[in-house]
Amino acid sequence: MNRIDAKFAALKKKGEAALIPFVTAGDPDMATSLKILHALEEGGADAIELGVPFSDPMADGATIQRASERALKGGATLPRVLEMVRKFRRQSSVPLILFGYYNPIFRYGLRRFVRDAAAVGVDGVLCVDLPPEESGELARHAAKAGLDLIFLLAPTSDGERIRLVARKGRGFIYYVSVTGVTGARQQLEGHLQSQVERIRRYSRLPVGVGFGISRPEHAARIASFADAAVVGSALIAELEKTARNADKPKRAAAFIRRLKRAMRQVAKPSHQRAG
Amino acid sequence: MKSSKNSSLPRKAPDRHGHFGIFGGRYVSETLMPALIELERAYCKARRDPAFRREFHRYLHAYAGRATPLYFAERLTKKLGGAKIYLKREDLCHTGAHKINNTVGQILLAQRMGKRRIIAETGAGQHGVATATVAARFGFPCDIYMGKEDVARQSLNVFRMKLLGARVKVVESGSNTLKDAMNEALRDWVTNVRTTYYLIGTVAGPHPYPMMVRDFQSVIGREARRQILSMEGRLPDYLVACIGGGSNSMGLFYPFLRDSRVKMVGVEAAGSGLGSGRHAASILGGEIGVLHGSKSYLLQDRNGQVRDTHSIAAGLDYPGVGPELSYLRGRGRIRFVSATDREAMAALQELARVEGIIPALESAHAVAEVIRLAPRLKKSQVLIMNLSGRGDKDMGTVGDYLGVTL
Repeated sequence: MNRIDAKFAALKKKGEAALIPFVTAGDPDMATSLKILHALEEGGADAIELGVPFSDPMADGATIQRASERALKGGATLPRVLEMVRKFRRQSSVPLILFGYYNPIFRYGLRRFVRDAAAVGVDGVLCVDLPPEESGELARHAAKAGLDLIFLLAPTSDGERIRLVARKGRGFIYYVSVTGVTGARQQLEGHLQSQVERIRRYSRLPVGVGFGISRPEHAARIASFADAAVVGSALIAELEKTARNADKPKRAAAFIRRLKRAMRQVAKPSHQRAG
Repeated sequence: MKSSKNSSLPRKAPDRHGHFGIFGGRYVSETLMPALIELERAYCKARRDPAFRREFHRYLHAYAGRATPLYFAERLTKKLGGAKIYLKREDLCHTGAHKINNTVGQILLAQRMGKRRIIAETGAGQHGVATATVAARFGFPCDIYMGKEDVARQSLNVFRMKLLGARVKVVESGSNTLKDAMNEALRDWVTNVRTTYYLIGTVAGPHPYPMMVRDFQSVIGREARRQILSMEGRLPDYLVACIGGGSNSMGLFYPFLRDSRVKMVGVEAAGSGLGSGRHAASILGGEIGVLHGSKSYLLQDRNGQVRDTHSIAAGLDYPGVGPELSYLRGRGRIRFVSATDREAMAALQELARVEGIIPALESAHAVAEVIRLAPRLKKSQVLIMNLSGRGDKDMGTVGDYLGVTL
């Protein structure tokens, strides 16, 4: 059992949902970024999505675009991101998912990427612009290395696409809660719970919900019916509030602690009680 | 003269997943996948529908001004002393470039699909103007995304779009040019996908756009084929077109692809020179990559980050290229060359003085290649160049370049 599966299994026993923060690797620089990763774990992150910066982040809103730009300006590259994961892994067993766009991985070489990523301790990969239809080659390499290739589903996905992702996806299914780009929202969409329940009819994989989750009460609501809440832009915006790099890890830990506390206070998800 | 058919090219490209060999495909976020599948189905249905085809051709004729002439450039031919040069006069289309062919086709499709709003990206502003034009004609609200740098250098087209009732949304990110406008248009589309039609202006992007835009633009090549057969009684020896994303070149080339004796030359923008690092020649200077929904040649660094590009022609200033062109390069069907800013500027002036035609700076890249190529060919040979647009929009840029204040 890999770290992602083990984590979801352990949380299920406790009747808890996972909190998965997203940060862009190398934002604002590689050293601070590594400290932020440790702080996220300390704050209670159950897994971490680590964004690989890309010059053209067309699925991202303004906040993550800025994070990408800062990281690239600071010299972040995929090899450096992998090096950072290697350092992080020496002291941590938190599941780690690389999250980004396909081109940097394609350019690195799919086989080489999967080998190197698995070797440094990456557990899963999610490319926003790589739907299951185009994922064949990466999926084959990933399966051999024991790396989970994670796919997205969206409010626009019909039954046929849910079936496809259920068949091809590994680790968990990432449900995009809004039709739109990443970014904090004031309110969550109304039909989230029924959408997640719909996905469960097709798949036994855990379902995480992301895009637009920004407040403790959002995370708590997600925890009441889904297996994970992903929080990205709101966390990055929180870190942008201080210009001092030395203060960022502390802020990250405090922010995650608040969300995690809110999530723990909700009742066990009903499907998990039943399971 | 009968042409020999080229049997090495598959009859049907792309395949049903939108792949041209290893190129093309659909690399987009899940939210857009259902919309692309819906679009593909709607297009394939429309394409088979005689009523749709009739309507398309009716608007191309009565509204866009087709057929465009195939003009024998007699003075340029004489001056260069080689092959007979014909110009396919897309510059005479309504709105001043070939872009209208595609926007007419797609707006009819958007109407059929019951979409309520149109968005588009634009570089030089020609596609933006062509989109704003059909949006006005068919009564759609329309937002055009345009990079800040392009807004500055193509202010005339910005004003035209506004007059036509479109909103021009200025994009300030990355290099402030066409690729960033496309990023922003994709962000809009992913947010409003249920009601909005994304009208892509070139043979790039995710499937079915490369196929669909090619089909709509191939009216250029079909006309040229008919015209040259009637004027010369035979097929041309060479076709020449400039390449940014590739819509005017695919439009001209496609109906000749299987005529193996017809040689094809694509002219990329070499900017300050291929060795300078400041250019937009994706095929000659790029590596295979994935951007904006398809796999194709891409100007990128060794870490897969997309590089800033440069061309004096805003419409060529794009780091990618249509996947079918990458595929045809691999099959050796198209030869790719480049022209620098300087060569294009000289060619623009040459065509203006010799033939009384001021080409768009984009098309001037093709003229530059014709000036190099024609003298090396026999007088009995025939060449068709796609004069994809007219130069009115570029007068500010040309004036600056020549040190003239307008």
